[in-house]
Formats: sequence, structure tokens, C-alpha cells
Amino acid sequence: MKSNILTIIKKEFNRVFYDRQLLFTTVILPGLIIYFVYSLMGDAANKMAQSDREENVAVQVENLPQSVAEAFKTLGDNVSVTEGAFTKPEIDALNDKSVNRLLVRFPVQFDSLVNVYEPAQGLLAPNVEIYYNSTNTATQRIYSMVCGALNNYENSISNRFDINRADSKEMRFNQADDEKVSGMILSKILPILILMMLFSGVMPIAQTSIAGEKERGTIATLLITPMRREELALGKILAISGIALLSALSSFIGIVLSMPKLIAANGGGELSFSYSTTDMAILLLVIISSVFIMTAAISLLSTLAKDVRNAGTLALPVMFGILFVCLISMFQNSVSNSLLYDIIPFYNSVTVLTALFQHELHLMNAAVCIAANIAYTLVSVWVLTKMFNNEKVMFSK
Amino acid sequence: MDEILTASGLCKTFNLSRKQQRIERTNARQKVAVDNLSFTAYRGEIFGLLGPNGAGKTTTLRMLSTLIRPDGGNAIVDGQSIVNEPEKVRAKIAFLTSELKLEDFFTPNYLFDFFSQLHGVDSAVAAERKAQLFSRFGIDKFAEVKVANLSTGMKQKVSIVISLVHDPDIIIFDEPTNGLDVLTARVVTDFLRELRSKGKTIILSTHIFSLVEQLCDRVGVIIDGRMVACGSLADVCNGLTLEDRFFELYKEVKGNEE
Repeated sequence: MKSNILTIIKKEFNRVFYDRQLLFTTVILPGLIIYFVYSLMGDAANKMAQSDREENVAVQVENLPQSVAEAFKTLGDNVSVTEGAFTKPEIDALNDKSVNRLLVRFPVQFDSLVNVYEPAQGLLAPNVEIYYNSTNTATQRIYSMVCGALNNYENSISNRFDINRADSKEMRFNQADDEKVSGMILSKILPILILMMLFSGVMPIAQTSIAGEKERGTIATLLITPMRREELALGKILAISGIALLSALSSFIGIVLSMPKLIAANGGGELSFSYSTTDMAILLLVIISSVFIMTAAISLLSTLAKDVRNAGTLALPVMFGILFVCLISMFQNSVSNSLLYDIIPFYNSVTVLTALFQHELHLMNAAVCIAANIAYTLVSVWVLTKMFNNEKVMFSK
Repeated sequence: MDEILTASGLCKTFNLSRKQQRIERTNARQKVAVDNLSFTAYRGEIFGLLGPNGAGKTTTLRMLSTLIRPDGGNAIVDGQSIVNEPEKVRAKIAFLTSELKLEDFFTPNYLFDFFSQLHGVDSAVAAERKAQLFSRFGIDKFAEVKVANLSTGMKQKVSIVISLVHDPDIIIFDEPTNGLDVLTARVVTDFLRELRSKGKTIILSTHIFSLVEQLCDRVGVIIDGRMVACGSLADVCNGLTLEDRFFELYKEVKGNEE
């Protein structure tokens, strides 16, 4: 019994490993694509920020008041501030995206107007006009800086109270651990990323291996050997899962390698990744059991399908189902510990992964999830065996 | 004579789809493909199932090789029931039909080893058998060429060789020379004679009279899923040529219906 299962597994692996094209598309390409796309995204974001900082921007200020003159001097090395009035055609010229220029107009006597202004009088406050072009990212950046500087000045002259002013570095207002903060962020992104990665590994392999063999008439040749149908079912599911895990591993390596660039582009390495060996072991087990149940589901549908194309259509609802549970989990703030949720296929994997990244996982939940996934897989092997035995399923055209 | 295969009362009915109903111009939901079919094959003979297209020959062979289950009746293949012990039956037979394909991606060499393992053949025995069969069919030169790149004739030879990895006593062969050129067809018929001389039993289906006359020791004529004549070639022919006798039988069956 064991040797037949091994023979089938070996054949399925040989099919992928000796076919350079298939090996490339299933095992190497996913990682490569993710690495290049993410790296390019990170690089592009980095470069954009970098070039904006390097571009020279001219700021012309009309009626520059004494009170904020200092703030304008500290806008940056490549920002040249000049004083002087400007005209309507000069404002219109900003329409040209390539003009790195900002025009700021203060009311005459700005400081005294501000001093006498009382909000209670119900009159309009003195207004500063800043003309810029938001499609020019360099001037957009300086615009934000000028707004910031002016807002700061406004706060400083009319400050009545502060919120969360840290008088010393020891003062902490947000009582969540840094670990939990980054856990919260990871738990929103990683479960959906992991499940989609696994699914995109499982789908093509299961379809070619089962619907493809059915379409090409090669599975009938296997059915005519004395091998038992359950051996074929188990061998197929184990082999497909194994190959899908390799494909997922490739995507995983792609993500890990491109992570530094992505994090750098998002403003530095604030994400702290602090998980124990137990966490990682549970992660691995949840991933493996999820691949099993995905393989089982797609294998059953591929067996029902007449050909590979049909199998693709039948697999769509499963994909939408997985997407749906991933989205639900993204919008859920807290993870329920109810064991009942841990027996709902796919949803259980998402909730356990979410809780794991949030450092709030109970071992019992993980155990029930993994056990449920394996139980569903075994039931699927049994159903698959029945299907392999059913001539209407196997030979209907 | 030693009975090796006994089919008794085999029945098989298929549901017709709307499309099939239109093609066959019938309102019947079901089609009886094989109707209470019985026959016996003896060790060391070539038994031919002769009949027109759609008579139920292939369905009968598919039941005998356990690919599909009969709705009624049974067959005992070398002591094992096709209904109750299909796995044991599969270990004793080879089944060859155009429906069973070999994976294009693999080489004859790989496939021979793969199917030897699934049949539980000892690796030393398998290696010896492979060398012998590959040289007998001239596959040795193509042993490492992917099946996809082989000619139709060579593919058929590889299929034959791979169906014999476990040296079965019974070879069930659906339309053995269909789609083959005269050279390859000759190789196949010669090989079937060779197998018979080694004491193997061959059950084949065909609609070609000359093939039956050249090869078969006994013949069963199937029309509309029913066995209308069965026996040695001489008994069935009854002094006529096989072709004339077949049309006589055909007229008897169809004439009664019309």
C-alpha cells in the first residue's frame, strides 16, 4: 500500500521536476514575480521620495510677515525663498507641471490682523493664499511643509491646551506594546497574503494533475492497475500538496527578500517581527494543513470536471470563498476564541493566523483548526476514492 | 479445455443525454449496450468478439477489465469475480484500448518502470522483461524519447509493452489493429500469435472479418448487445465464409425486429 502511494508521489514530482517549463512556472516563477514586483514597487517609491527632496523649488512670498519669516528659512537647502509681489499671469504659469514654484500671499499687516482677530466676533479670519500645482510632487511636498509651518505658528499664538505632550522620553501614551502594534499590522496583511499564495500554488497543479490526466485519458491507465483507488487518491493529494508547498515557499522567499525595500519605502523599519519558535511551528502546521484542505477541495472539483478548463471554472467559487473569509477577517477587530469557528474550513486558518500574528493565539484553537483541516482532507480522500470508483464521474464525456 | 474466463449474463445500460437521444433518433432515456451476454474463453486461445460499431464489444471488454461495473451478471477471470474482486482481476489481465493513454511527457523507459512498480513486479524481473520486450518491438532505440514524440505505430507498441509489465495470463485487446499501418498491424498480430503459443489467453474485439479468420480460435458474434452466435470459427461459419455468415445472422436478428 505504502509503496504504491510513494510511486504515485514520485511520479507527480518527476512530472514537475523534469519539465523545465513546468518547474519554472510552478516553483520558481511565483517567487521571482513577487520579488521583482515588490522590489520595483519599493524602489519606485524610494526614488520618487528621493528625487522630490533633490529638486530645487522656488518660493516667492508677498508681504512676508516678520513672525513667520524664520519658518520659511528652514524649509530646506534646495528651497529658495524670495520676497516680492506676484501677478495673475504668474499664478497661471503654475499650470505648467514642470514649474517648481510656490507663490504665497499674506494679507498686508498680517501680524496685526492676527493680533486683533477674535473668533467670537464671527468675522472671517485673515487668509493666507498659497498657489501651487499638486501634480508636481516636489512643489506638493513644499506646499505641505509651508502649511505645516503656518499651522504650527497658528497653534503657538493661540495655544490653550495640549494633547499628549511628551515632556520626557519615558512618557508613553499609547499603552500597546510595539510588538502588538506591528502584530496588528501584520495580522491584517499576512493571513490573506499567505492563503492566496498557497491557493495560487495549489490550483494549477491540482488541475493539471487530476482534470488534466482525465482529459488526456492517462488516469484510466492508472485505474486499470491493481493499485487501490484510495492509494491513488492519497498519493495524488500528498504529491499535489507537496508541490504546492514548494510553490508557496518560493513566494515566501520572494516576499522575505523584497521586504527590506518595501519597508524602507514605507518610511523605515517600524515593523518589529518578534515571534517565538512555537509561533513559527504553529504557523508551519497551519500552512501545511491549509494546503491539504485546499488541495482536497480542488482535487474533488477537478475530478468532477470534464477537462482542465472546466476545472478552472469549478474552482472559482472556492477562490471567492477564500477571498471572502480573508476580507471578513481584515474587517474584524478582535478574534473570537470560539472553537466552533475553528472547524469552518478556510475561515479557521484565517482566524488562527490572525490571532497568531496578534500574539493572541490559544493553542487549543490552533490544534482544533489543524485537526479539522486534516479531518476534512481525510474525508476528501475517501470521497475522492469513491469518485475514482465511479465510472460516471471518471468516464463521462 | 481449461476455462479461464466465464462471462455469465452480463448486462450494461447507459443513460442517454438529450443530445444522444437526438443522434440516435429515440425518445428512450436509456440504451441497453450489453444484454445478458454469456461466453467462455479457454486457456491458450484467441477469442474474438465480432460485431458492428455500437454492438457492445467495447463495453463488454471494459466490464471484463473492471473499468466499469456490470448492471447485472458477472464474469469470473482466472478464479476472481470482476464484481467482487476487481483489484485481483486487474492484477491478472492486460487491457489495451485506445481509451487508455500514456502520459506524453514521460519516456517508455520511465513508464515501464512506473507501471512495473504499480503492479508490484520485482525490479530485477522488471528489468529483464523490459530488455526483452523493448528489443522484441524495437523500442530500445526510442526508450528515452518522450511518448509525445513517438509515431502512432511506436506509441501502440509502447502501449502493448507497458500493458504486459506484469506478464499477465489474459490479454484483453480492443480493436488491436485500428489506426495502424499494415506493417505495425502485422507486428501486432504476429505478437498475439506468439503470446498464444506461450499459453496466454487473448480476448479481442473487432469488426474486421479477416482478422478473426486469421487469428481467432473461437468467435462470438455480438449484435445489439446480444451474443447471437458463439463457438469455434468452423462451427459459427457453418460452411459459409465468416462475412456471409455474419450478414445471415445480422439479417436474422434485424429482420425479426423489423
